[in-house]
Amino acid sequence: MANLKQLAAKEDLLTGGHRACAGCAAPIIVRQVLLAAEHPVVVGSATGCLEVTTTLFPYTAWKVPFIHNAFENSAATVSGVEAAYQSLKRQGKYDKEVRFIAFGGDGGTYDIGLQSLSGAMERGHQMLYICYDNHAYMNTGIQRSSATPLGAHTTTSPAGKVIPGKKQYRKDLTAIMVAHNIPYVAQTSVSHWRDLVTKVKKALDTPGPTFINVLSPCRLGWGFKPEDTIELAREAVENCFWPLYEVENGVYKLTYKPKEKKPVVDWLKKQTRFRHLFKPGNEELLAKVQEYIDTEWEKLLQKCGVE
Amino acid sequence: MATKELVARTGNEAMAEAMRQINPDVVAAYPITPATEIVQLFSAYVADGLVDTEFVTVESEHSAMSACVGASTAGARVMTGTSSQGLILMAEILYIAAGLRCPIVLAEVNRALSSPINIHCDHSDTMSVRDSGWIQIFSENSQEAYDNMIQAVRIAEHMDVRLPVMVTTDGFIISHGLEAISLLEDKEVQDFIGPYKAAYSLLDVEKPITVGGLDFTDFYFEHRRQTAEAMQNAKKVILDVGREFGEKFGRSYGFFEGYKLEDAEIALVLLGSTAGTARVAVDQLRAAGVKCGLLKLRVFRPFPAAELAEALKHLKAIAVMDRSDSLSTAGGPLFTDVRSALYDLPERPAIVNYIYGLGGRDITVEDLEGIYRELQRISGGGQVQETIQYLGVRE
Amino acid sequence: MTKGWKELPEGGLITEAGNAHKYETGDWRNLRPVHNPEKCINCLFCWIYCPDSAIIVKDGKVVGIDYAHCKGCGICARECPDRVKAIEMVDESEFE
Repeated sequence: MANLKQLAAKEDLLTGGHRACAGCAAPIIVRQVLLAAEHPVVVGSATGCLEVTTTLFPYTAWKVPFIHNAFENSAATVSGVEAAYQSLKRQGKYDKEVRFIAFGGDGGTYDIGLQSLSGAMERGHQMLYICYDNHAYMNTGIQRSSATPLGAHTTTSPAGKVIPGKKQYRKDLTAIMVAHNIPYVAQTSVSHWRDLVTKVKKALDTPGPTFINVLSPCRLGWGFKPEDTIELAREAVENCFWPLYEVENGVYKLTYKPKEKKPVVDWLKKQTRFRHLFKPGNEELLAKVQEYIDTEWEKLLQKCGVE
Repeated sequence: MATKELVARTGNEAMAEAMRQINPDVVAAYPITPATEIVQLFSAYVADGLVDTEFVTVESEHSAMSACVGASTAGARVMTGTSSQGLILMAEILYIAAGLRCPIVLAEVNRALSSPINIHCDHSDTMSVRDSGWIQIFSENSQEAYDNMIQAVRIAEHMDVRLPVMVTTDGFIISHGLEAISLLEDKEVQDFIGPYKAAYSLLDVEKPITVGGLDFTDFYFEHRRQTAEAMQNAKKVILDVGREFGEKFGRSYGFFEGYKLEDAEIALVLLGSTAGTARVAVDQLRAAGVKCGLLKLRVFRPFPAAELAEALKHLKAIAVMDRSDSLSTAGGPLFTDVRSALYDLPERPAIVNYIYGLGGRDITVEDLEGIYRELQRISGGGQVQETIQYLGVRE
Repeated sequence: MTKGWKELPEGGLITEAGNAHKYETGDWRNLRPVHNPEKCINCLFCWIYCPDSAIIVKDGKVVGIDYAHCKGCGICARECPDRVKAIEMVDESEFE
């Protein structure tokens, strides 16, 4: 495993000058992913914050080949790129060793792009799909997605006089991807660079389709100060809202276990999207948020065979 | 020029055969009636090692076109096939394929659109994406479908064009109708289309490009203007390729084909398989001394407006036959384009529109004779009673 | 004068990799990270967590900050270990 000095010796393949908000996690994730790659990569992205901020014509922040097609088809698009690669290689018209990475936000992955992702994974393309999960449709101005946590305020699940934010629990996309029986699925966080880089490297070295879900705090959508991006991600790992684990050929492994599982309230309090949960009358909902994390964490520990 | 034995092929078989001979690098496709056979036959070619193609068995037509765009931007020669709901599920990405200047060739089998769901022929599907930036070529029969597929590769890939092409047949009427056709040798097809030269490739990792970036108000218009120019350029290329095909293989193609049109006073303008029925009607009426003719349009996009005006200007009355309805109340899509093309003529023919054959409703020689009789009445000074009429629907 | 449609690459292609570097986002900044090399232990956390590739590292050492692109988010200062704190966020007005 490379240390930061070794990684820093590599060329940064995403340049500055992109238009992501100050403190945005998505470009940090991309930088870490590209640093992990040991082969040339071709990258695709769904429509979303990452895509619009990095490819505003005539400028591109990408120093690797990049394609954006539409919102719901990042996986299908990259599967086509990979198919061209396989075909041209088999015909002796291309001889380089290349890796393929598709990015999507949670909107483009959990929701509108789920079918495209499922199809591409089932077909067995040599590609890594990375979801940067920031819990809502941030590019269009913070609308709820199926990745938005219970109780969170978004512009389409607003905390109103009658309804206190999102009424549903999050979809467990990582579990859905595990159910595809692909060789490698992992969950990681922008805060844990070593965990992220290790998993990306592992995924890129795995023959066949792989999937990594990355927690990507959004200062605008979550409501926190830009300098706290990494800290918020770290806390989500520490309180087990976002556990770090991997599933290799069906075998679960916890890649990080917090020394002490912190209560989720401290994390919630730091984000304006959960502010209303602390008003009188929402005690039950607040308890449900914690309860859900506890249940899911216990289930995961069991799957990982951890006491 | 090779003289070939005729073989029996349905439209779908003819298109699949052309695809085998073209031997594209990538095909991404999804089955849909009545185009399913094309995908099935091609799968068998892949399974039997008859092609070099990487066949991507996608989970939807949307992903089919998405994968085609990915493969095309990665420097591959790419083909697909679909119909009806499948084509309009692709619609979003059809526009993107054209905008990204991907020379993809699509075998499209014309079929009605839901609702109600219907699997039979009309042109609603193809017409619904007529402004997507795809070149649209209609075929009258299996032979034309086969020939058009081969020409489509040359047209799409021409450096002045670089636009995707859809070649259409009429669902069931052509797709499943067995016909005697002449096939080219594999080598003849390969020599005609030549090796694929990508304008750019994502796989060129030493020269990384960004495809599909975001344009604001300062660049979007310029990029759309380029696509319009490519469509303009396609007109010459379509004619050149059609001529060259004729010189090599004996069957020439242009934007359209006239039948007894030159000395005609009245004529029908139509697309696709109905042309065969119309020829019979023309012959019968000609035998009875009626100066009637036919113009079968082959290329709907780009729309050969000036050429059509020139070919139709001597007529007294025209009926435009639309096998789809725009539901605009102002006529079918072919009618509005043809009528617009005639507007600048100093003396315009009278023009009427018949919307017919929706959902596979039969059109007969007698139906068309009736229209010619009506055109005769109009050309003889009679008033146009209804400009737009529905033909063959029960009142 | 911005190029006309005849001069632009077709299909909206961007052929110059990483040319966003020419676009400066430094003027978005309200707070400027000021790096103190004397305190710095070169753990490079600031570098790995910078969204704008604005921490300049040479031979494993932080040698400066790319103010042309730094948006002043402050992640670098926040992630600098508590016992080190080699980056300080200073109001831009102090540099005017």
